[in-house]
Amino acid sequence: MSILVFAENWDGKFKKQTFELVSYANSLAKLLNSSVVALSIGKVEDDELKKLGNYGATKILNVSDNRLNTLDNKAFTITIAQAAIKENANIIIFPHNITGKAIASRISVRLKAGLVTGVNGLPTSTDPFTIVKKSFTSKAFANIVIKTPVKIITLFQNAFGIIESPASPVIEAFAPEINDSDIKTIVKEVNKVTGKILLTDAEIVVSGGRGMKGPENWGAIEELAKLLNGATACSRPVSDEGWRSHEEHVGQTGKIIAPNIYFACGISGAIQHLGGVSSSKYIVAINKDPEAPIFEVADYGIVGDVQKILPEIINAVKELKS
Amino acid sequence: MKILICISNVPDTTTKIKFTNNNTTFDVAGVQWIINPWDELALTRAIELKETNAGTIENITVIHVGLNTSDPTIRKALAIGADKAIRINAEAKDSYFVAAQIAEFVKKEPFDVILCGIESSDYNGFSVGGMLSELLDYPSVSALSSLEIANAEIKLKRGIDGGHEVISIVTPFVGIVQKGIAKEARIPNMRGIMMAKAKPLQVVEPVLIDNFTEFVSFEYPKPKATCKKIDPENVKELINLLHNEAKVI
Ligand SMILES: Cc1cc2nc3c(=O)[nH]c(=O)nc-3n(C[C@H](O)[C@H](O)[C@H](O)COP(=O)(O)OP(=O)(O)OC[C@H]3O[C@@H](n4cnc5c(N)ncnc54)[C@H](O)[C@@H]3O)c2cc1C
Ligand SMILES: Nc1ncnc2c1ncn2[C@@H]1O[C@H](COP(=O)(O)O)[C@@H](O)[C@H]1O
Repeated sequence: MSILVFAENWDGKFKKQTFELVSYANSLAKLLNSSVVALSIGKVEDDELKKLGNYGATKILNVSDNRLNTLDNKAFTITIAQAAIKENANIIIFPHNITGKAIASRISVRLKAGLVTGVNGLPTSTDPFTIVKKSFTSKAFANIVIKTPVKIITLFQNAFGIIESPASPVIEAFAPEINDSDIKTIVKEVNKVTGKILLTDAEIVVSGGRGMKGPENWGAIEELAKLLNGATACSRPVSDEGWRSHEEHVGQTGKIIAPNIYFACGISGAIQHLGGVSSSKYIVAINKDPEAPIFEVADYGIVGDVQKILPEIINAVKELKS
Repeated sequence: MKILICISNVPDTTTKIKFTNNNTTFDVAGVQWIINPWDELALTRAIELKETNAGTIENITVIHVGLNTSDPTIRKALAIGADKAIRINAEAKDSYFVAAQIAEFVKKEPFDVILCGIESSDYNGFSVGGMLSELLDYPSVSALSSLEIANAEIKLKRGIDGGHEVISIVTPFVGIVQKGIAKEARIPNMRGIMMAKAKPLQVVEPVLIDNFTEFVSFEYPKPKATCKKIDPENVKELINLLHNEAKVI
């Protein structure tokens, strides 16, 4: 038996979330007396692959098939399912992101394996296999039992943390059997930012709402994010107005994030907004209205004008860093 | 071309969530029900496409797995502009159960484009679309923020980490949509509401399916400690607390 982890890379480098996934799998393996196999798809150098060993992977399957350079849900499903069978995996772990969710659901059917998405911790019981996930858009948690012999989960980012546990992994090339006819999606154009911290991967997120008044005032948000090595985000009306790109919209209908700190600047804290950010470890609210609902969920709050407060925060951070 | 849209019936997004029976059952008392927001956007996009491609798109059907308590939500989809509705008469047990019921129906009555939402806002499965595509052996594309059909050619835009990709695909396929697919959901007008009464709502009996998972109980999130207010004249204190107390900077 083994635990298989889908080790996703971004431009040839593993994301922070991948290391978290391997750490999680390693803790689960200790509970179940199992071992961790990581599966990497795409061009990743050996030195990078070896890093997965730092978190407890004892075996790394490396798939380099040019047909898998872009995501085709079915082709990835076939690949991962074949690896799971070969490794006799009874648990498969995915990141709870677009790619992870898209593939996990297909594999669930292919392997007749029960799936729970968005879990945020180890199982509370291994027999029956019971695990907690967020439900009702973060308004509740559900305890779910997976009844099938093979189990699949997607792990919420930043829910578990990264734990070092060095192993010396073997790296093995793995060539899945895929027919060209299995691949139906043709990628015509790729449009993505590189060299920037991904919003879903960021430990610190600085976010602005309608209270920022206009796109011309985003300089301070960007400056604070950069200073803290974080990412920028926004509320829905802000992206609907076109002040910021849709990629930055967080909330129930946008991205769901779980950073260590979420700075909500000029955001009222509507329930749909909170659905995307309530898992943040700390929420800092800056709002001129002392009655704004955001203060009900914030850990730290400043009642005041963002235009005045943000530059002062920036100065205080600069002072701390120097 | 025939389009099928899977719709989920969910509590309005502002609903306060409560549980009964020792926290094992979601308390539906007083809940307002809506079409899951992404499904409503998918339906809106399908109608827009039908309006601009009258020749190509002949029919828009919505399908729902649920009991007759969902009928008002299904009627709303018809009022917005779906041509036909199917309800599979069974309580949804988990995502696999729902996907398998829909797959059985589609195997008998095929569609070219099947659209699902990325998640339903109640149980947050993120699964039905992917499962359905695998059951039907169709390609699937997830996190669609744009769907264009022109001269029977299909162009999609999907979200990826930090950006998007433009994709081409041939039918049949399953599209799993996120926001952006339509700008704003359509609201039914009086004429739509009247017409919906005459549109077919076909009730289909379920097939026997074993669910893979079981919801055993629910919990409420821990209440947050009260917010520490920081004097706006002493902003430094915030950074001090984040550094020394929370230890996150
Ligand atoms: C189905 C549905 C889904 C939705 N999904 C989302 C979602 O995913 N994400 C999302 O964000 N919203 C979502 N919404 C919208 C949500 O209900 C709110 O309308 C939205 O979050 C409000 O954005 P905001 O806080 O930026 O703006 P507002 O509510 O207008 O709040 C602006 C805040 O800024 C403060 N302010 C103004 N000027 C200043 C100043 N100078 N200094 C400091 N503070 C100031 C005000 O006091 C106010 O609290 C959804 C709504 C629906 C119906
Ligand atoms: N009971 C249901 N009937 C029909 N479609 C559903 C049902 N539940 C979920 N779906 C579809 O599957 C999508 C994702 O739901 P889920 O996987 O449950 O989060 C929804 O947006 C709907 O398109």
